[in-house]
Amino acid sequence: MFTPVFSCYRTVQFSYEGESIVGIAEFFQHLMNGLTLGGIYALIALGYTMVYGILKFINFAHGDVLMVGAYVGLFLFDLLRGSSPLGLWTITSFFLAMIISMAFSALLGMFIERVAYKPLRKATRLAPLLSAIGVSFILSNSAAWMFGTHSRKFNYPFDNTPLHLGEVVITPHQVLILVVSLAMMIILKLFIDRTRMGKAMRATSLDQGTAMLMGINVNRIISLTFAIGSALAAVGGILIALDFKVYATMGTMTGLKAFVAAVVGGIGNISGAMFGGILLGLLETFGVAIFGIPTGLKDTIAFGVLIIILLVKPEGLFGKVEKEKV
Amino acid sequence: MFNFFLLILIYSGIYALMALGQNIITGYGGMLSLTQAGFFAIGSYATAILTTRFGWSFWGTLPVAFLLSALFGLLIGLPTLRLKGDYLAIATLGFGEIVRNVLNNWDSLTNGPMGIQKIPMPILFGYTINPYKKYAFLFMIFIFVVIAYLLFQRLARSRMGRALTAVREDEIAAQAMGINITKYKVSAFILGASVAGIAGSLQATFTLSVTPGTYTFMVSVMVLCMVVLGGMGNFKASILGAFIIQFISYFPQLTGLSGSIPAQFQQILFGLILVVMMIWRPQGILGRETRRYGSASGKSKGGAQ
Amino acid sequence: MILLETEALTRAYGGVIAVNKVDFTVEGGLITGLIGPNGAGKTTLFNNITGLDTPSSGKVFFNQKNITGYPAHSICRMGIARTFQNIRLFKELTVVENVMIGRHFKTGKSETKGRFLNAINSYIHLKAEEEQIYERASDWFDFFDLGSMKNELAKNLPYGRQRELEIARALATDPKLLFLDEPAAGMNPQETDHLMATIRKIRDLGVTIVLIEHDMKLVMNICDTITVLNYGQKLAQGTPHQIKRDPSVIEAYLGKEEE
Repeated sequence: MFTPVFSCYRTVQFSYEGESIVGIAEFFQHLMNGLTLGGIYALIALGYTMVYGILKFINFAHGDVLMVGAYVGLFLFDLLRGSSPLGLWTITSFFLAMIISMAFSALLGMFIERVAYKPLRKATRLAPLLSAIGVSFILSNSAAWMFGTHSRKFNYPFDNTPLHLGEVVITPHQVLILVVSLAMMIILKLFIDRTRMGKAMRATSLDQGTAMLMGINVNRIISLTFAIGSALAAVGGILIALDFKVYATMGTMTGLKAFVAAVVGGIGNISGAMFGGILLGLLETFGVAIFGIPTGLKDTIAFGVLIIILLVKPEGLFGKVEKEKV
Repeated sequence: MFNFFLLILIYSGIYALMALGQNIITGYGGMLSLTQAGFFAIGSYATAILTTRFGWSFWGTLPVAFLLSALFGLLIGLPTLRLKGDYLAIATLGFGEIVRNVLNNWDSLTNGPMGIQKIPMPILFGYTINPYKKYAFLFMIFIFVVIAYLLFQRLARSRMGRALTAVREDEIAAQAMGINITKYKVSAFILGASVAGIAGSLQATFTLSVTPGTYTFMVSVMVLCMVVLGGMGNFKASILGAFIIQFISYFPQLTGLSGSIPAQFQQILFGLILVVMMIWRPQGILGRETRRYGSASGKSKGGAQ
Repeated sequence: MILLETEALTRAYGGVIAVNKVDFTVEGGLITGLIGPNGAGKTTLFNNITGLDTPSSGKVFFNQKNITGYPAHSICRMGIARTFQNIRLFKELTVVENVMIGRHFKTGKSETKGRFLNAINSYIHLKAEEEQIYERASDWFDFFDLGSMKNELAKNLPYGRQRELEIARALATDPKLLFLDEPAAGMNPQETDHLMATIRKIRDLGVTIVLIEHDMKLVMNICDTITVLNYGQKLAQGTPHQIKRDPSVIEAYLGKEEE
C-alpha cells in the first residue's frame, strides 16, 4: 500500500556487530514506514475491537465507513481550501475537514447500527453478520456509483518535500500520520480509562445485562461505541488518502487487514488493537522489504498472519480465552 | 435475445451448484463461509490447465476438480472450524483472496492476469457440446444440478443432515450426545467445496477461458445471497435463489436498460437483499425444510417456520 | 462395583480452583446425589468427567478405564450421558428429532470397514436406517409419554416436558451412567414427585444415575448415597441419613452456630 521512499533492497546489510551504517539506516527507514502504516491500521482496528467487545459481533461494514470518511474529508478539504496556496489556511482547513468528516462518519456509524444491526440483536449469530456484509456492499457500490470507480488523490495540505535525517528519509506526511494516530490513540485510551462514559463502555463490554441493571443506558453506549469507532476509521481513511489515494473499494481490503490486526491483538481488547495494528504494519513493510515478498502478494501477508494467529493463539496476543459456560 | 436468456439459465445452473454447496455449509452447518469463489477458481483452473496444457478431456478433469477442491476444503476446514463463526467468515474470505492472488501471480502455471484461453469444448461420445449452441450445454448443466440436488437432499434427510443441524443448533449438546462435531463440520465444508469445484470446471468449459479477475469475493457474496434469499436449509430454495439473483444480475441487459442503470445497481441491490432479508424474513422465501414423522417414517415436508 | 471414580480431580481457572482434588466415586446400579452450595463446583465436576472440559490434573476412570481428557463425544460413546443445568435441547428440531440424535452414533456400525464407507453405506440404506433409528427413539418417548407431541418443535414444549425430553434424548444413547444436572429446577412439587418416580424407573432399567440437585426433599428421598462438595472440595460422602447429620455439611449450608 505504501511504497517506502527508498527502493527496496532485498538483503539487509547489517550484521550483528552492527557495523554497516547503511543497513541500520535502511532498517530505520522501514521501521518508520511500518510504524506509519501500523498507526493507521491501529486506528481502524480500534473500531472493530470496540464493537466486538460490546456486541460480540464483527462489523464487516467498518472498512467501508473509512472509505466514506476519506471521500467526505477529500471533498470538504477541496471545498474549504479553495485555491489558497500552501500555508496556514490549508493546514487548518485540512484539520477542519478531518473533524467534520469524523463527525459525519460517527453519524453514519450510528445510523447503520440503528437500522441494520439493532433489529438483529436477538436473532441468530449469522443474521447480523449477513446484514453487515450487505451494508458493506451497499456502501462500497454506492460510492462507486456516485464517485466513479477511478481513484482520486488528496491535495497536500502542506509542502511534502521529504526531510533527510542522515540516511533516512521521511516525509512530513508520515510525521503527520504518526502524530495524529498517536494522539488519537492516547485520547481514546484516556477516555476509556478515565472518564465515566469510558467506564460505562467497559462495563457494558464485560456484562451487558448487569450494566443495564446498574442504570447504564446500553443502547446509548452501543451507539457511542459505533460513533467513536467510525470517527477513528474516518481519520484512518483520510490519512491513507493523504499518502496514497481514495477509491470506492479502498475500505474492503484495508478494513480486512485492520480486522486481522484487531484479532492479532486480541479482539475486544483496545490496547491489543493498537498493538496489533502497529505489528501488522511492521510485518507488512518488513515482509516486502526484507523478506522479498513480492508486492503483488503483499495482501496475503495479513491473511497469513491471520491464519497463523488463529491456529496458534486464537484469542489474540492480549486476549482472554472465552469459555462458554456449560 | 432468447439466446441471452439461455445464457442466464446456464449461469444460474452453475451458480445453483455453488449455492447448493453453500447451503450445506451455511444453511445446515450454520457456518458463515465465504469460500465458494476460491473453490470455484480452483475447479476452473484445474480444468483449464489440464485441458490446455496436458490435453486432457473435460470429463477427465471433472474428478480432479472435485478432488482438488475437496482437498482444499479439508485443508481450510480443519484449522478454521475450531473458530467461532465470526472469525470463520473472515478467514474464509481471506482464503478466497489468497487463491485469487496466487492465480494472479503464479505466471508459470496460470499465465497470471491474462488467464488461460482456448479451453476446448466438452465432447461426449463424439458429440461436441458447443457452448455457443446453448441447448446441449444447458441440458448438461441441468443434469448436474439435478444430480447434485438429489444427492444433497438425500443427505439432508439422513442422520448426517440431522447431525449437522444439531451441531449448528448447539455444539456442546451435540458433542455430549456422541456427535463428533469436527468431523461433521469438516465434512460439510468438503462437500460444499467439491461441488463448487465442479461448478468451476463447468464454468471453464463454458466460457472457454479463465482469468483470475472473475473469482473475486463478490462471487462468494452472491452465492451467499442466493442461499439467504431462497431460504437457508432448503435446497430447492438455493436453486431458486440462484435463478433470482442471476436474473437480477442480468436484468439491465435483459430489458435493454443497460445504458441507464449503472453497473453497481445490482450489487447495491444484493446488499439490500441481505440486509432486508435478515431483518424482515430471515428464513428466506421458502423457509427451512421441516419434516414430519407419522407412523413409522412417513416423511413429508412441512411448511416454512 | 465401582462404575466411575475420579482421582484427585482438579480444575483451576487461573487463580480460581473450581474443583480441588476431588475423589468422587459412583457405584453401579445406585442413585448417587451430588450436592453443595451454589458455586461448589458440581457442574464443573460433571463437565470434567463428561469431557466438555479438561481437568488441570487428576484422573477419571470409567469401568476401570482411564478416560481423562477424552473428548466429549468419545465419552458419550463409551456409555456416559448427561443433561444440562440450563436445558440444551435442539430448539428448532422436533421432539422426535431430538431423541433421534441420541441414537445417532448407535447406527452406521455396519460390517464395512472405515467410517467413510460407513457413511456411504448409511447413505444407501437411508430409509432402513432412518426407520431403525425412529423405532428405538420411539421407545424412549413412549417411556416419557411424549408421543403425542412428537412433531412439535422442542422449543414449544412446556418447561417440565422439555426437561423430560432432555432426559429422553440422553437415554437414547443407551448409557450405563446418566448425569442429571438439576433436573428438578423450576418444578413444582407434583412435577418433582413425578420426576422421582421416573428416575427410579430409569434406575430399574439398569442405568446408574448421578444427580446434582438443590431440592433436598428429592435428594434425600431418592439417593442411595450422597457426596457433598463445597468450594471445590469434597466435604462428605455417605447415605442420606449420615449426610443429614454431618456437622461440616450443616455448617456449609447453614453457617456455623453462634458460640
